[in-house]
Order: sequence, then C-alpha cells, then structure tokens
Amino acid sequence: MQSVAKDIQYIRSQFPILHQQVNGKPLIYFDNAATTQKPQAVIDALLNYYTTHNANIHRAAHTLAARSTELFEATRKSVQRFINAREVEECIFTKGVTEAINLVAQTWGRKFLTAGDEVIITGMEHHSNIVPWQMICEEAGAVLKVVPINDAGELMMDEYEKLLSSKTKFVSCVWASNALGTINPVKEIIRKAHAAGAKVLLDGAQACSHIEVDVQDLDCDFLALSSHKLYGPTGVGVLYGKRELLEAMPPYQGGGEMIREVSFEGTTYNDIPYKFEAGTPNIGDVIAFKHALDFVNETGKSTIAAHEHELLKHCVDGLNRINSEANKQIITLVGTAAEKVSVQSFVINGMHHFDAGMMLDAKGIAVRTGHHCTQPLMKHFGLEGTIRVSFSVYNSKEEVDVFLDAVRSLLKFAQQ
Amino acid sequence: MHNNKPVKTVTDSITDIQNEIIDNFSLFEGDMESTLFYLMDLGKKIPAMPAAHKTDEFIVKGCQSKVWVYPTFTDGKVQFEADSNTEITKGLVYLLWSIWNNRTPEEILNRELFFIDKIGMSRMIGSQRSNGFASMIKQMKLYALAYKNSNN
Repeated sequence: MQSVAKDIQYIRSQFPILHQQVNGKPLIYFDNAATTQKPQAVIDALLNYYTTHNANIHRAAHTLAARSTELFEATRKSVQRFINAREVEECIFTKGVTEAINLVAQTWGRKFLTAGDEVIITGMEHHSNIVPWQMICEEAGAVLKVVPINDAGELMMDEYEKLLSSKTKFVSCVWASNALGTINPVKEIIRKAHAAGAKVLLDGAQACSHIEVDVQDLDCDFLALSSHKLYGPTGVGVLYGKRELLEAMPPYQGGGEMIREVSFEGTTYNDIPYKFEAGTPNIGDVIAFKHALDFVNETGKSTIAAHEHELLKHCVDGLNRINSEANKQIITLVGTAAEKVSVQSFVINGMHHFDAGMMLDAKGIAVRTGHHCTQPLMKHFGLEGTIRVSFSVYNSKEEVDVFLDAVRSLLKFAQQ
Repeated sequence: MHNNKPVKTVTDSITDIQNEIIDNFSLFEGDMESTLFYLMDLGKKIPAMPAAHKTDEFIVKGCQSKVWVYPTFTDGKVQFEADSNTEITKGLVYLLWSIWNNRTPEEILNRELFFIDKIGMSRMIGSQRSNGFASMIKQMKLYALAYKNSNN
C-alpha cells in the first residue's frame, strides 16, 4: 500500500490550494462534489493562454487566433476521446451542466414535446435536472413523471418500468447523485427507455470524475458533464448529443458563430457543434480544461475510483464506529446504496447541520451542509438538509481520521 | 485613565452593551472555534420562547436556519421573544436581543449597531449567515416601526 500512499502524495503535490491553513488548521477539503480543486497544469494553462495566446477564435486571419482556435478545438478532441463519442462534432461546449440540460429542454423539448407527452426524471435529481423540464413541460402541456427511490437512496426500477409507456418521450436522469452518491443503473435505464421509444439524457456532473464514460457503449442520446467537477475551470461544460438528434434540433441562442449567413430576410445556421455555440465562447477555460482531462487520463480513472472508494469505506466505517462506541444511533447515514461514488451524506441527531458545518470549518474541514440543491430528495428523507462529505483523489485516509475525530468532538453539543 | 467609572445613564447602555460585546469577542483573538462555542453559550441566555409563538408568521424571512422573533409592546417599549433551530444562529439572535429587548421603538430604529463591523461579523459567519443576520435586524426594526407608528 506504500506505493498508493506515495502516488497520493505526488497527486496532492500537484494541487497548490491544498497546502494552506484555514482557521489556523491544515485545510481538509471534503467538498469535492461541489467543485474539485485544480492541478497546477490547469492553472498554468490559464495563465499561459492569457499571457501568450489570447485571441478570438475561428475567424480572424492572424497567428494568435489560429493558435487559440487550435488549442480550443484540441480540447474538443480530448473531450471526444474522454467520453468516446463517435464524432468530435457531437461535443458542444456550454457553460456547465445546467446550461447543457436547459439547451436540450429548450430545443429538443420545444420541437418534439407536445400536449400529453410524458417526461421522466427521478426522485434524486439536482434542481438543474428538474426545473428545466418543469418549464418546458408546462409550455408544451407535457407531463413530468418522477421515478421514486427507496430508503437506501436507490431508484425503484420496477416503478420506472411502470412509468414507461408510448407516451414517454424523454427520460432525463442523474448518473450519480450529488447528495447521496448513488450510481444509477443507467445502461438499463437507457435500454428500457429506448424500448419505449424515448430519448435519454444523462446528467454526468458527479459521475464523470469517477466512472469510465463511453457514450457509444451506454447508447445515451445526450450526456452533460462539468469541467469544474473534473479538476478543470468553472464556466465550462459539455453537452454530448448524437449527431442526428443535434442536427434535428433548432438552435438554442442566436448570435455570432452559430450562423452560416445572415440577412434581414432570414438566417441560415452553422453546422454542429457551432450551431449551439453562439457568441464568443469561454476560450481560456476551455483550453485549460484539456489539461484537467490530461490529469484524469494520466492518473487513471481506475486509480481514482479505487482510492476514492477506500476513503468512502474508511469514512462510513468510522461513522458507524461512532454509533457503536456510543451504543446508540447518534449519526444517521443518508444514502446507503450498494453502488456509490465517494459521497456520504449524514446527520448528527440533535444537532443542526449548519452548526456542525461551521464547527467543522473552524477546524479547517470544508464540508457542504444544506439541501444540496435537491429539495424534493431531502423531503423524501424527511430532512431539511444533511452534512455531506465528498472525497477526491487527492484526499487521504489521515484526513478522514482527522474528520472523524472532529465529528466525535461535536457530539457533546448534540441535544440527545 | 481614571478609576472612577463615570455614572452611566440608561440611554448610554446601548453603547455599553455593544462595547462589552466587542471586548468579549476580542478575547478570542480571531480563533473561530472558541468564537463559535461562545456564540452557542450566548444563545442559551435567551429566555425560552413559548412554542405557541413559534409559528410561520413569526419566522424571519431570509434566514437559512429557522429564526422566530415575537414582539410585544408594553409601556412604550418593545419586548422580543426569540429563538432559532440552530445553536450558532441563536447566539447571533441573542446579541440583538441583548441590545434591543425592552427599548423604545426610536432607540431600535435610530441607534447604530456598531459592534457588527468591530467584531468582524461577516468574516466570522460568512456571507450567507450575514445576510440572514441582516434579515433579523430588518425584521426587528420593522416591528419597532410598526409600534412607533401605532403610537403616534
């Protein structure tokens, strides 16, 4: 195990932000499901872009523009390889997963949803995969259906099958839950949706940093992913879509880049992916995103997943041990699915999660508290919110131990 | 420096309480953990609020945690009952309660709360709670304003 520890040390050394004190204590960053930290290579790429390459892409006739364009499109190729898309044109840059989902809802949804059609989401969606569908369903007169979840935080697949019918036109589903960590059986979800004649979008925000992505093998129609949850800059996301679907969809926003020819009598639109990339894109951040993908590829998804699972198990075992030491249930784990990414939500009974979060912060430990943008899910569990820890490849077992000791020290404030 | 403390008039006590708060917080020299423990202890000093008064009508809007403020008006002064479902927030509520409970509407509306900046409140509790704290102040002032207007 020595070599794994050494690897982790090397990985940690690439993340300058981790080496600081917060509130007088060494920072322990356990809010990776909200955003991951950035390796030096990504930070350097941003600096390098603005110090040597900055130019607007795709049209200008000068050298800087050519260089910027080349770097920008190189990221698109990296994305294509990262998700194993058939064609590079199937990868559209957005400002994040939220925009990617809104794009599909507002274009595919607006064109193909009609009154009486049904859209299926699940009970564990992030608000960004609920609200866009509510909006378009209301507009189109379509009906939004929700797959319920069980007490472990897993989808009730038999209920999903019951919801599927010839009315189902679209299924939009989270691959891995940000609040619970649950990994959903997306291949089965996609296969069954397709059998019913429906298209499927996967919200890959949480999954893509932990799980190998192969959109051809999954056969998903759309996939949304986020750069900033994948060690890359904020403000960049990707929408993958099958070519024939993207071509059939109307543009999302009008402006420069997305046009072929504009006249006051009418406008013809550019080919994909540019049809969906109106305006000057987030060039610098997209270029730096390639270095984040390089980091993931070099580190290896299997290494990342194995290490993160070990941290999750160490944490869950430790939290369970606190209960057995106390001979009662002081800590309730929320989200105990069999298949999980490295996310654990919990509550300390008799203690508000905000108080716990602030006291952990005072000890230098960054966690997320609240409803995690999943209010319907919290309602299902009868909770206002939870404390959530989420681990990344640069976290260590020693940090988990410090966290568990910190949780122990909070228990005296819990009102039993 | 002189040993004889000046005689304090009642109208000075709003200043005195704030200065005391500033002195007490300065003892922790910015240590977050001790500051939070202190706030949680302060929260315990608020008199218990009857459950019947903790209705949605008296929830302070704009706070992430639940905060209830229930006002009454006796002898030209405003009395507050207050509570929160989180211990740290309850400590914050106490600070306002200790300054404003049993004051005239004019005092609540006109006297400056200078302790907030002096103790570095926003750095201490973060921007989200600072917004919540501002909502508490606004709500308590609104109650004071309503009593002031009803009095005229």
